Amino acid sequence: MSTKTFGSGSREIPANKASKWYPTADIPQPKKARKTQHPTKLRESLVPGTILIILAGRFRGKRVVYLKPLDGGVLLVTGPFKLNGVPLRRVNARYVIATSTKIDLPELDLDKFDDKYFTADVKESSEEDQFFDAAKAAKEKKQLPENRTADQSEVDKALVSVIKQTPQLTSYLKSTFSLSKGDRPHLMKW
Amino acid sequence: MSSGSPHRLYVKGKHLSYKRGKRNTDPNTSLIKIEGVESTEDAQFYLGKRVAYVYRTQKSIRGSKIRVIWGKITRPHGNNGVVRSKFRNNLPPSSFGATLRIMLYPSNI
Repeated sequence: MSTKTFGSGSREIPANKASKWYPTADIPQPKKARKTQHPTKLRESLVPGTILIILAGRFRGKRVVYLKPLDGGVLLVTGPFKLNGVPLRRVNARYVIATSTKIDLPELDLDKFDDKYFTADVKESSEEDQFFDAAKAAKEKKQLPENRTADQSEVDKALVSVIKQTPQLTSYLKSTFSLSKGDRPHLMKW
Repeated sequence: MSSGSPHRLYVKGKHLSYKRGKRNTDPNTSLIKIEGVESTEDAQFYLGKRVAYVYRTQKSIRGSKIRVIWGKITRPHGNNGVVRSKFRNNLPPSSFGATLRIMLYPSNI
């Protein structure tokens, strides 16, 4: 706002002039979202340190150690790899049975294991390049990111030392779960 | 997985029939008798679980003669542990009496 004098009088001139026209139609205002996205609530049986049974996929039937929850109902688990060949891996909580067996997790820095850690780097390239790269990639064997093996052995080392303290737990983790004749999952105590 | 050890991770069930009345059948809903399930209470465990009807065909599609129709268990049917289920494509009548695989997922244990 500024003032301008005219002879004896003065008047105020607004800094932002009002528009000379107004729209003929109302501009729709987006509705304010009143809902917020809540973090996934996992079932109570899923506590880090629980031994889980994987129900589907490449590692079905394997018993694994649950390390920590990730975003969106996904769990970070590991065999440990040294015992039963299941690497650090993400599994959906719905494809897992939580057993009543639990271990005390050792002090481990698991912060680096997030969703990004497990997603492959995708290089941006033109469609044409992709076509030729795909043929090339099929020939070359996929390489694991370098840090994976080191991270895995670090976690394994800590876990195995804890697991060894409980008798039979090592062989329990090495064995797989399966149903045979007469087994009734609805009557089992997990 | 080694072939010597057992590795079944599903419960067996029988496709009994479609949901039906005296004269009308409703092929949208199939009735399943799950092994070892004799009451509605037992059946509660299996509600929502995924069911697979795995069968063999003459003609192979994408290199496989084995095909699957997926479905899920919706609710109990009656008091003797029979359950109702819906499949993505209705099960064919020729599957009456066939074994279905009731998976243990989605799990809520």
